[in-house]
Amino acid sequence: MSRTPLDTVEHAAATPDVELPWAELGLKKDEYERVVEILGRRPTGAELAMYSVMWSEHCSYKSSKVHLRQFGEKAPENDALLVGIGENAGVVDVGQGYAVTFKVESHNHPSYVEPYQGAATGVGGIVRDIIAMGARPVAVVDPLRFGAADHPDTKRVLPGVVAGIGGYGNCLGLPNIGGEVVFDACYQGNPLVNAGAIGVMRHEDIHLAKASGAGNKVILYGARTGGDGIGGASILASETFDDAKPSKRPAVQVGDPFQEKLLIECTLEAFAEKLVVGIQDLGAAGLSCATSELASNGSGGMRVTLDDVPLRDSTLSPEEILMSESQERMCAVVEPDKVDRFLAICDKWDVIATVIGEVTDGDRLEIFWHGEKIVDVDPRTVAHDGPVYERPYARPDWQDALQADDANKLPRPATSEELKDQVLKLVASPNQASKKWITQQYDHFVQGNTVLAQPEDSGMIRIDEESGLGVAIATDGNGRYAKLDPYTGAQLALAEAYRNVATTGAKPLAVSDCLNFGSPEDPAVMWQFAEAVRGLADGCKQLGTPVTGGNVSLYNQTGEAAIHPTPVVAVLGVIDDVARRTPVAFQEEGQLLYLLGDTDEEFGGSAWSQVIHDHLGGLPPKVDLERERLLAEILISASRDGMIDSAHDLSDGGLVQAVVESALLGGVGARLVVPDGLDAFTLLFSESAGRALVAVPRSEELRFTDMCGARGLPATRIGVVDGDTVEVQGEFTLTLEELRRAHEETIPALLA
Amino acid sequence: MTARIGVVTFPGSLDDRDTQRAIRLAGAEPVALWHKDKDLKQVDAVVLCGGFSYGDYLRAGAIARFSPVMEPLIEQAKAGLPVLGICNGFQILTEAHLLPGAMLGNDHLHFVCRDQKLRVENAATSWTGDYSEGQEIHIPLKNMDGRYVADERTLDMLEAEGRVAFRYLDVNPNGSLRDIAGITNEAGNVVGLMPHPEHAVEPLIGSGRTDGLPFFTSILKKLVNA
Repeated sequence: MSRTPLDTVEHAAATPDVELPWAELGLKKDEYERVVEILGRRPTGAELAMYSVMWSEHCSYKSSKVHLRQFGEKAPENDALLVGIGENAGVVDVGQGYAVTFKVESHNHPSYVEPYQGAATGVGGIVRDIIAMGARPVAVVDPLRFGAADHPDTKRVLPGVVAGIGGYGNCLGLPNIGGEVVFDACYQGNPLVNAGAIGVMRHEDIHLAKASGAGNKVILYGARTGGDGIGGASILASETFDDAKPSKRPAVQVGDPFQEKLLIECTLEAFAEKLVVGIQDLGAAGLSCATSELASNGSGGMRVTLDDVPLRDSTLSPEEILMSESQERMCAVVEPDKVDRFLAICDKWDVIATVIGEVTDGDRLEIFWHGEKIVDVDPRTVAHDGPVYERPYARPDWQDALQADDANKLPRPATSEELKDQVLKLVASPNQASKKWITQQYDHFVQGNTVLAQPEDSGMIRIDEESGLGVAIATDGNGRYAKLDPYTGAQLALAEAYRNVATTGAKPLAVSDCLNFGSPEDPAVMWQFAEAVRGLADGCKQLGTPVTGGNVSLYNQTGEAAIHPTPVVAVLGVIDDVARRTPVAFQEEGQLLYLLGDTDEEFGGSAWSQVIHDHLGGLPPKVDLERERLLAEILISASRDGMIDSAHDLSDGGLVQAVVESALLGGVGARLVVPDGLDAFTLLFSESAGRALVAVPRSEELRFTDMCGARGLPATRIGVVDGDTVEVQGEFTLTLEELRRAHEETIPALLA
Repeated sequence: MTARIGVVTFPGSLDDRDTQRAIRLAGAEPVALWHKDKDLKQVDAVVLCGGFSYGDYLRAGAIARFSPVMEPLIEQAKAGLPVLGICNGFQILTEAHLLPGAMLGNDHLHFVCRDQKLRVENAATSWTGDYSEGQEIHIPLKNMDGRYVADERTLDMLEAEGRVAFRYLDVNPNGSLRDIAGITNEAGNVVGLMPHPEHAVEPLIGSGRTDGLPFFTSILKKLVNA
């Protein structure tokens, strides 16, 4: 194989006029000029590869950064926050010396191209973020959004995504305990595959991504580096190599969960022996990201010998090695006298580990190939000094018309028969139907600590077998609400996740988010984004739950059509004793059903308006975060003191959806009475926020209503757990069997 | 006195800690065994737990079966050492020919995770003494390759000799022949099943039932009374 001369630093300095394919690598002209200005010369091919990938939207947050700052500026005082935004994942104190790290990320675009591997590697990436903090991963959650349920392409994408999440997560031994599955035509060409993970560690075991201490060794371990996910780097490669190399490479990375399982075990063993000074996983931008971030967060510089990177494909160019997104790799910084032990642990787990460099006392990141220097940069300029854009944003001109198209004016059912028919239609609609066909492809038992898993309101994991200490997590988002009003929509997502954690009895502590939007170059989308971030930051401040980290996914659009703005919010909570948890299912006949909160006529963006009228317009439900906080306090107290036996949050689908789910899960029905001041339709279908349905044992009724009364939370008795039907007095009766068929047959019929 | 029960960790084993917990909850002492161990540390019984040993690459259990620890295990199992194979452990036992038949991919081609109803068909093995014959229990099931198959002669032999230990009830979750969920060897010391009894040992956790605990109390009683 013949080669053109290596593009070394020296060569670059001597050939200032060589044109590099910066545009093909996604850089704008002014961005490229900035690189030249930083370096004082043209970049080498390898340097250009690093800058282009680290300055991409995905890695640099260049469009979103100016807005995301609010999460820090408006962060509530919170003693529980141990590590905040900026690290691989945030860390929260949950008591008894335990710390919990959690994060949600997107893997949207790859999952559309190649559903199985895209979704699988999404799980792999988020799990490595958790390991990199020093924690043992204990659970995953997956908020998913697809195109119309009956669209033929949904049948390609969804089963692949679900199998990928299951195939990877199940093989890693991580219980899948929560998430969502939502269908909407707006996601047809842009499914949202968000993946969240939780990890647990002791406070003293928190690890950070930084390379400090001159002389410390940089160890790359895990899978060999191959040509997958190198995307644009192949352009560079084609200029430095002849045609004799393999040309077709997958743009989407391929996952190997078995390798990742080994990586988890050997990393945790190395942590336990205190062998690691700093650590970083290799995700997007691979070695470019890991080396520049480790070096820029540490006190010194770093020298890396790229020849020492174990390869799957010996023809890879240095640029490709730097950009490769091969999965299941991590980078650790280890003191010299501990290197042998670290390598021995990797060997025990049959994990390949190689010293590829060391920390220097300078401030440069220098990378060598065949003995020649091909990268010589200030790592901070790569990792942190990327461009920041103040993208123009403007409230779209269609927003007023959308909000004026009031869903409250849609025709409502005129007869009891029609009301009953609409109830059946609602619970059978793809968004409201049981997702069992999907969730039963995920292992939710592994690790033996799962207390609650979907379809419960939040997933719950025991973290201490002696005390029963546990954590809960819920993820929620509603693109329809956010489309009507992004500020309120983001707060509704936060409120719902917060409420879902509280209905299971856990105290909400902290937030992670995954912000899925269209193109930031569209001022209307940018306005949606700005509004959603402002709403979420304000909401988190008011609820006292800081945002600990998260992810932004932009350019989710097909042509001119953007997805609904879809902020997905994850709330993490803590429960002192998981034995006090509250399930969704009705437990016992005779228990009294109470509706907590106020019910108004709020149908904008509702499931009813979508299912019955295929309508999206008006305003989303009002948000009252003080009420949400009070409701949560009541739910937590009632759970702790044994005053309620089941609880279910009310959100999309309203009360009737909650009653049907609780009844079907418990195998026991309910008799409902429409309370004074409400009509049956509003009671059943309104989506007013700040509400929950609880089942109260008769012996606890007085104590419970006294508590609600004293605290000022409206609690309305609306019925009793009873029989094998759901009956709304004076309106209709549906048997559990009818409801079960309606609720459970939809998804298998569409997708199996 | 109590019994020492080994749990083997292969690369890719997932339920090793869970199985150790179940053993502890039953009152026995769990002993961690590593797949590269060349001896069994004088344990009184061994559990091969669930997971994806070697990623289930090639065929579930096919590579793990050649791990160093399997040599003494096979030898001692043939001499009467009680061995329980759960899920991937069951697959390893068939690959090692300690139990007849084989496991194929689920007939519906999906991973399945559910709380599965079973009937105990043989309460006389080393691992089932605390159940009664015909007892119906719920044990979580979670697998990709759980379809038990064997030739007709072998199936007839298993039935005739009472070696079908567990059968799926209500739903056959993976297409296993004759609804077989678990089997035993002739001597009754080696038992394999696809469902996961270690995930049904504590109220509230997992399936919220304790129907799986008798596996571990059965073997403890048998060993202590021996």
